[in-house]
Amino acid sequence: MTAFIIRRVLQAVLVLILTSMIVFVGVYAIGDPLEILLAPDASMVERAQVSASLGLDKPMPVQYWQFLVNALHGDFGRSFVYNRPAISVIFERLPATLELTITALTMSLVIGLPLGLWAGTRPKTLVDESIMTGSIFGFSLPHFWQGMMLIMIFAVWLGWLPSTGRGEIGTVFGVRTSFGSWDGVRHMILPAINLSLGQTALMIRLTRTGVQETMPLDFVKYARARGLSERRILFVHVMKTILIPIVTIIGIEFGSLVAFAVVTETIFAWPGVGKLIIDSIGVLDRPVVVAYILVIVTLFIAINLVVDVLYSFLDPRIRSRAR
Amino acid sequence: MTLLEVNGLKTWFQTPWGTIKAVDGVSFTVNKGEILGLVGESGSGKSITGFSILGLLDAPGKVVDGTIRFNGEDLRAASAARLRALRGDRIAMIFQDPMMTLNPVLTIGTQMVETVFAHRKASHAEARAMARDALGRVGIPRPEERLDAYPHEFSGGMRQRVAIAIALLHEPDLIIADEPTTALDVTIQSQILSEVQSLVAEMGMGLIWISHDLGVVAGLANRIAVMYAGRLVEEGPVDPVLDTPRHPYTQGLISSTPIANERGRPLRQIRGTAPPPLDRPQGCPFQPRCDYADAACASELTETVVGARRWRCLHPLGVTA
Repeated sequence: MTAFIIRRVLQAVLVLILTSMIVFVGVYAIGDPLEILLAPDASMVERAQVSASLGLDKPMPVQYWQFLVNALHGDFGRSFVYNRPAISVIFERLPATLELTITALTMSLVIGLPLGLWAGTRPKTLVDESIMTGSIFGFSLPHFWQGMMLIMIFAVWLGWLPSTGRGEIGTVFGVRTSFGSWDGVRHMILPAINLSLGQTALMIRLTRTGVQETMPLDFVKYARARGLSERRILFVHVMKTILIPIVTIIGIEFGSLVAFAVVTETIFAWPGVGKLIIDSIGVLDRPVVVAYILVIVTLFIAINLVVDVLYSFLDPRIRSRAR
Repeated sequence: MTLLEVNGLKTWFQTPWGTIKAVDGVSFTVNKGEILGLVGESGSGKSITGFSILGLLDAPGKVVDGTIRFNGEDLRAASAARLRALRGDRIAMIFQDPMMTLNPVLTIGTQMVETVFAHRKASHAEARAMARDALGRVGIPRPEERLDAYPHEFSGGMRQRVAIAIALLHEPDLIIADEPTTALDVTIQSQILSEVQSLVAEMGMGLIWISHDLGVVAGLANRIAVMYAGRLVEEGPVDPVLDTPRHPYTQGLISSTPIANERGRPLRQIRGTAPPPLDRPQGCPFQPRCDYADAACASELTETVVGARRWRCLHPLGVTA
C-alpha cells in the first residue's frame, strides 16, 4: 500500500508539472495582459514599468521557470486584477463551489440510486419505462437551458425561491456554509438541482443497468436457494456488486461537476470559482487561471486516489492482488 | 419413508418461438436417507427439475402441471414466503461451481451467517459458531480463520466443501446437488463424494444428485433416474439398471463411458444428437437415434413398471415380450 501511494504521488507531481506547462503556454498564447490592464493611452514608459513589475518583459521560458520555482515555494503569483496572491483568491471562492458540487452529488445519489434500484428490479414495467424515459431528459436537455427554466418556473412564475447569489451564510460546527441559515439553503436549492439533474439521470441509468445485469447471475440464484430475503439480496449482494462502477463514476463525475459548475454558477450568479475563472480568462489574469487549473488537477488526482483505495475496500479480489 | 414425491411434473417455457417443454411429465420419489442419481445429457431437463422443486425457475419457466409433495406438503400450492422459508432450511441446494454461486465480494463467514439468520433467530456469535462448526464438519482446516476469507481465496475443492457446509447449516431433510463435482479433479471429487456419502448416512437426509457422469452416480446413489429430452426414460435401483439397462438410451449412455470400452476398439457412441427442444418427435423422444425403433414408437409411450424398476420403452432390452 505504501509503495502504491508513493508511486501515485510521483505520478501526480509529473502530471502537475506537465499541466502547468501546457496551461502556461496556452494562456501566454491567448494574448498580452498588458492590453487589458493598461489604459489604451498609456505611455511606453508606463508600459515598460508595469511589464517589468509583473515580470512580463522576460522571455516565456524564463517566466515559466520563475513561476515553477515560486510555485514550489507555495507562491503562485499575484492576481493582475485583484493584486493579491492568486491562490488565496481561489481558496476564497472554492468553498462555495465545493459546497454546491457536493450538494448536487449527494442529491444525485439520494434520488438516483433508489430510482435506479426501483426500475432495475421491475424490468419492462411502466415504472421502469417511465423512469428511464424521464432520465433521458436529465442529460439530453442542455444544462444552461435547464437552469433558465428552473429560474423561470420557480423564481419568476411561482416566486418560491431566489434565483441569484448565495444568500446569508451561517456557521455550522465552525464551518461557514449556506446550510447555516434558511436563506442560504433557499439560495442553494435551484443551482444544486440544476447541477445535479444530469448526474441524477446518469446515476439512475447506471444503477438500473447494474441491477439488471446482476440479478440473473448465479450468486443471486444461490442466495435465493439459501432462503435469503429479496431485500437482503438486493441491498447487500446486488448493491455491493454494483457499487464498484458507481464509485468509479462518482469519482469521475465529481471532477466534471466542478467544471460544469462554471455554467451553473454563471446562470445563478453563484460566487464560486467557476464564475471567477470565466472572469479571469476574460481579463487574461494568468496567475489565477494557472493556479485554478492546478488546483482542479490536484483535486482530480486526489479523488482518483480515493476511488482506487475505495475499490480495494469494495472488491477483495483487488486487495489480494495489491498485496 | 417418502420425503419427496414428484408426480407428473411439467415445467414449460413459453417463448416467442414456441413452448419449450423442458420437463414434460416427470415422476419420482426420494426417501429419507436415500440418494437418487438424476442422470442425463445437458438440456435433458435435470437441472430444471431441481429448480422446479425449489420454486427457483427463471422467467418464463413455469410449472404447468403435476404435483410436488415434500414431507406431505404441496409445494406447488405453497406461498412465496413459505418456499423461501423452506429453501436453505429444509431443502438445500448445491450448485456446480461455487466460484460463480458464492458472492465474490462477501466473506464466507458473512454468507454463512446470513444463511443462519435467514431461518432462525440467533446472536451473531452463535451464528458464527454454527458456521465454524459446519466448516469443520466438511473437513476444512482452521475453520475459525477461514470464515474471514473470500471465495477466491479457496481452492476449487475447498469452495465446494464450503457450499456443502452451507447446505448442511440447518441440517436439511433434502439436498439437491446440481453437478457439484463436475468441475473438480478426480481425487478431490472422490474425497467430496465419500464425505457426502457419510454425511447423508449419518444425518439421514435425502439427496438428489444431478449429474451427467454415470460413474459417479454408480458409486454414490441408491437409485438412478435417467432423463432424456424432458422425460424420465428409466428408473430403478442402481445395480440392476446399470447391469441390465432396459431403455436403449440407458444402454447407450453406459457404453459411451470410456471405462466400459475394450481398449483399442473405437468408442461406442449414441448416433445423432438430442432433439432440439422446440422440435421434439412425437411419442418416444429417443426414436430418431434408436436402433430398435419402429412405427409404433411414434405413438404416446406408456410406462412399464416391474418390481422396483420402471421404463418408458416399447422395445425394452433383455425383456422378451
